[in-house]
Amino acid sequence: MTVKKQSVEDLLGYNKFNADEKNPHIVIDKALCAQCTDKPCLVACPAVLYRQKGENSEVTFDHLGCLECGTCRIVCHNHGNKGIVKWDYPVGTFGISYRYG
Amino acid sequence: MSDEEKLDVIIVGGGLAGLAAAYVLAKAGKEVVLIERGTACGNKNMTGGRLYVYSLLSLLGPELLAEAPLERAIVKEQITMVSATGGMTLDYTDYSFKEGIPQSYSILRSVFDDWLAGKAEEAGAMIVTGIHVDKIMEKNGKIVGVDAAGEEMFADTVIAADGVNSFMAQQAGLRNDLTSREVGVGVKEMIELPEEVINSRFGLQAGEGATRLFVGVSNGISGGGFLYTNKSSLSLGLVVNSRGLGNQRKKLHTLMQEFKMHPAVYPLLDGGKTVEYAAHLVNELGFVGLPQQLYRDGLVVIGDAAGFVINMGNTIRGMDLAIWSGIAVAKAILEARTSAEVGPRYMENIERDLIPTMKVYQSYPKLLEIPRMFTEYPKLANDMMHYLFAVDGSVPPKLSKAMLGIVKNNVSLGSLLSDGWKGVTSL
Repeated sequence: MTVKKQSVEDLLGYNKFNADEKNPHIVIDKALCAQCTDKPCLVACPAVLYRQKGENSEVTFDHLGCLECGTCRIVCHNHGNKGIVKWDYPVGTFGISYRYG
Repeated sequence: MSDEEKLDVIIVGGGLAGLAAAYVLAKAGKEVVLIERGTACGNKNMTGGRLYVYSLLSLLGPELLAEAPLERAIVKEQITMVSATGGMTLDYTDYSFKEGIPQSYSILRSVFDDWLAGKAEEAGAMIVTGIHVDKIMEKNGKIVGVDAAGEEMFADTVIAADGVNSFMAQQAGLRNDLTSREVGVGVKEMIELPEEVINSRFGLQAGEGATRLFVGVSNGISGGGFLYTNKSSLSLGLVVNSRGLGNQRKKLHTLMQEFKMHPAVYPLLDGGKTVEYAAHLVNELGFVGLPQQLYRDGLVVIGDAAGFVINMGNTIRGMDLAIWSGIAVAKAILEARTSAEVGPRYMENIERDLIPTMKVYQSYPKLLEIPRMFTEYPKLANDMMHYLFAVDGSVPPKLSKAMLGIVKNNVSLGSLLSDGWKGVTSL
């Protein structure tokens, strides 16, 4: 198999994660997100963890697969409706573990 | 831990800045604990990149440097202006860059940071991994320690080396949260490719490396693509300004995939296999983005947490400055007679060794905010090359007329003049 266009799910599948299923380190307030016109998180998250099915559907977020970069917080708080109400790193040992970096 | 069991120094963050400080301090006999949230140092770090070795050399000396897990000594510096159908590449090769102690190496952070952590441990530093520092502790206006997963630890000096998002510097009131103008987001695929294939594809001898910058691949956002050759892999990625990213509608993931499959990029990767997908924020403002104050009584901020980056346009330097700032804080601690003296002495070291270089490049980010740099100008360059090399049997316009037409097709004369003026005054 050679290099090809890949889905984000495939790309995240290469990574080593220690998933903290129960404690999301990032939390969104869906009511605030619903009123957000730009929704910059949808394009800015490199792992595409913020999603919206249709124009009027709610924004959903999954913290598993997070690369812990912080981009979502920055764009949300600068261009969005501040729907990200908590942003922290995962508890020690949890989250992404880059093997190459 | 009670107040009596106070350490000399607590360092939060096992990246290059924190590890450099830990190494120097431990070697000098200080009681140092470094706390890293990853399972090993470097696990949470990534680079699109290369390390300029001067500060690492100063930290380790030539003998230990020779043992360091560095990938390839960079001798080829390439820039590709990408067009829809191909691209124009500048290729600068300079073998003096690898003479004696080479000027820069590509590195893998997970590998390199872990190695450096081992050296700091051998020197006597205590490295605690897998613990996230939740907050700094204050007493009578002085920072006295940290709270890490419920355990309180005290020290004369706390060093915040917790990276670009630095919640410690924010909690200490030294910095506001990042704005989207000041940070870019870097996304990267690690692509494995046999060593000999990389050598022949890029025209390299064993141990030599190439870097390439791609302009015109960022959907008009301030930023570009990068490629670094590692020993048997390529680091391929994009860095785009987060404000620009949030203001358009294409997913970063899509931009990255389109970049990877571009006809000017793909042949370099062909046959390779992606093995990791990473992302990280990059401070882009350099000197202008530095916080007013980088210390408080009992706390010093270093590395990315302090915003030590130089945006040269063709590259962003940060890792060398991180090491430099780690050395600077360690020296300050060793020189200071009281802990209150540490901050001011650190600033003296920084003002002397780091700030002057940052000032030279302080206007570059302004130049990089000109949107035409990322669409019209790369296209213009390619259109000119197209005129020079395309032959289809018809009678071509004269050179001067053709060139003027190409310029006019891409930018207005006013923009050209104003961008040129900005260029002259910024550089």
